[in-house]
Amino acid sequence: MIHKLSLGAVCGLAVMLAVPSAQAETIRITIDKLVFSPAEISAAVGDVIEWQNNDVMAHTATAKGEFDVVIPPKKTATLTVSKAGTFDYTCRFHPNMKARLQVRQ
Amino acid sequence: MFARLTSAFAFACLISGTTLAADTKVTDPQIAHIAYTAGVIDIEAAKQALKISKDKEVISFANDMLRDHEAVNTQALDLVKKLKVTPEDNDTSRALMKAATEEREKLSKLSGADFDKAYVANEVAYHKQVNGALESLLIPSAKNAELKDLLETGLKLFQGHQQHAEHVAAMMK
Repeated sequence: MIHKLSLGAVCGLAVMLAVPSAQAETIRITIDKLVFSPAEISAAVGDVIEWQNNDVMAHTATAKGEFDVVIPPKKTATLTVSKAGTFDYTCRFHPNMKARLQVRQ
Repeated sequence: MFARLTSAFAFACLISGTTLAADTKVTDPQIAHIAYTAGVIDIEAAKQALKISKDKEVISFANDMLRDHEAVNTQALDLVKKLKVTPEDNDTSRALMKAATEEREKLSKLSGADFDKAYVANEVAYHKQVNGALESLLIPSAKNAELKDLLETGLKLFQGHQQHAEHVAAMMK
């Protein structure tokens, strides 16, 4: 009985470990009145970040040398995260818009 | 009313201190007119830059200004229509326009790097001036909540443009 249970637990653990790499998450960030919300998010390599721009003007999510995503007015744009690290990003058109993306392996 | 505005060109660098003093009383129809005028002035400045400048960064910046201010002014027109407010010309709008016309005439005599530097320097100064007016006069005076909201977004936008212009200015040095 005990033996059977532990075997089940081991199988369960293996499944849990396999899930994160197989199923990437989509993390949504809203831009409203020149503010990224949430301003700080945590993601894993392979996840998709989706910015939804509710403003009438275009914005970007730009981390110099890392990524540069243009988000047209009233549209969404996505980025698939490929590298771990902490990325402070801004809007190229409005440098007062600031946010942070933390990516784990 | 706005057709008349678009025929006046250029952008402001100097707004007389008395015009924008904190004790000046402005009504919502006047505030709407001032905010719209401030946008039109920067659109005309951008159009002038696009005609004269050959610099990639300056052209790109001018296009950003044109796009943003046209978008916000369209939103402003939709709002005044919805609120049934008729924007009303006033001393502040006139002072802004007068300063802008003079500045544009000054800039029209320049070319090359001289123009680029003067245009960007004035964009920094102009946005700074409008931010001051929004913070000290227009936002506190606005009665209608939706108008106040649009002005607050406008302030964030103008602050963003000021920083953007400062970046471009720093790159030119």
